[in-house]
Amino acid sequence: MNLTLKIWRQKNAKDKGQMVDYKIGGIEPDMSFLEMLDVLNNELVEKGDDPVAFDHDCREGICGMCSLFINGEAHGPDRGITTCQLHMRKFKDGDTIYIEPFRAKAFPVIKDLVVDRGSFDRIQHAGGFVSVNTSGNTQDANALPIRKDNADKAFDAATCIGCGACVATCKNSSAMLFVSAKVSQFALLPQGRVEATERVLNMVEAMDNEGFGNCTNTGACEVECPKGISLENIARMNREYFAASVK
Amino acid sequence: MAKSALLKSSIGKKYWMALTGLFLCLFLVGHLAGNLQLIFGTDLQFNQYAYFMTSNPAVKILSYVTYFSILFHAVDGIMLTIQNKKARPIGYVKNNAASNSTWQSRNMAVLGTLLLVFIATHMVNFWAKMHFSHMPLQQQEVNFQPMPGMDLKAQGINTTTGGMVYKIDQEGKEIYFDKVEGELDVRNNKEFYTKGTDIKFAEGYKDLYKITIEFFKDPTYGLVFTIFYVFSMVVLAFHLMHGFASAFQSLGANNPKYNGLINGLGKFFAIVVPLLFAIIPIYIHFIK
Repeated sequence: MNLTLKIWRQKNAKDKGQMVDYKIGGIEPDMSFLEMLDVLNNELVEKGDDPVAFDHDCREGICGMCSLFINGEAHGPDRGITTCQLHMRKFKDGDTIYIEPFRAKAFPVIKDLVVDRGSFDRIQHAGGFVSVNTSGNTQDANALPIRKDNADKAFDAATCIGCGACVATCKNSSAMLFVSAKVSQFALLPQGRVEATERVLNMVEAMDNEGFGNCTNTGACEVECPKGISLENIARMNREYFAASVK
Repeated sequence: MAKSALLKSSIGKKYWMALTGLFLCLFLVGHLAGNLQLIFGTDLQFNQYAYFMTSNPAVKILSYVTYFSILFHAVDGIMLTIQNKKARPIGYVKNNAASNSTWQSRNMAVLGTLLLVFIATHMVNFWAKMHFSHMPLQQQEVNFQPMPGMDLKAQGINTTTGGMVYKIDQEGKEIYFDKVEGELDVRNNKEFYTKGTDIKFAEGYKDLYKITIEFFKDPTYGLVFTIFYVFSMVVLAFHLMHGFASAFQSLGANNPKYNGLINGLGKFFAIVVPLLFAIIPIYIHFIK
């Protein structure tokens, strides 16, 4: 496959940055998208150019490190996958592919396609945990009965890998899907109910302070989420927030 | 512990958008029912209804809630849009948004702005005239008071046909009696008084019906007004197509069991209500 790549190049956080065109050949359809970028970077290094910086770690769709806005969609044109799970067979010979970093004020570009998603960490620090002392006598898991559907929904919410595709794809750069997944994961379980009030208030406040936009229910996040996190979680967070606010 | 911010937080703003939006949906239903009298009712019925809507205390309270809702919905919407634009200072070179969301859901601010322009012109054309201008009155026979030299039980006035006093005979037929042009005062928008006296001899209604018909049948601008009205209803349809169901999501009502019903109802509402609104000026301009 021969491709034309239009890639965002930006030296550092302060650089203005621009789209740069690259021609690349010899791409196999079974390569992953990141492997294609590896091939490009090998060529760039051989020529003595600066390789394209992009985030990646596990390359099996569970770490949430890879990002990339490919041809106008977070994690590319396929559904329910991260960029590392996107394969070149989704593209045709001769295609032009736009590769841009996730865009949001709260996700500043560090270099090229690498963005700082530390804002997600700070939201997590504000309440995305359960303060349980686990040293010593851990309770038997089966001693605490939990409804099956609640357990399933909590698990579904917990599959969020915090990649930020929801923010990147949202026209408002809203982080509602991410935050709602973290809120729901605990709101549905008895262990999480103890701190539910503080959690939702603190996490929403942290989210707003980071400069994310407001949700307008376009539903784009749910479509582009590699883990299929449902909009139901946002509705649950809205209920939780109201209940916490009037307490 | 963080303080709740029901007005300022991102989620709080959603609640207000949803609540005011849903209230305005209810307002649309009421407004539509009133407007349909232009097709299915008589001129008198419509004018009586218009008078009721501007005088009844309960309706007055509702109308203030409506003004508040429109303003709040608009201001909140503008603030949200500004914040949302700020949240992405550098946009994408290529954004394939059509693959993951509907056009109307991404353009609620544009649609809302167009609706605000429509509401402003609509209020100037009808609401302000009804409230503040001296428009012709249509007569309704009530509270006849003595008037010198006339048969008290059998007189009426119909200013819509040129300020004539009519005698009404036993079968309710109008017989020409006398001219009263320049001879009467109209007070409180509905009371007829003999000029310069406190003798009230009839009550009437502001003839909003006539104003409306003439507005859409205007030989020069009637067609333009009709097209603008119908266009605004198309805008409303798209705004509701996203807004109706979206309000439920914002208020936390998302349950797979009922989502089909809410979305279906939203689409039904978004098509039927603006369609019925739009039929009225079309009917007036082309058929009436």
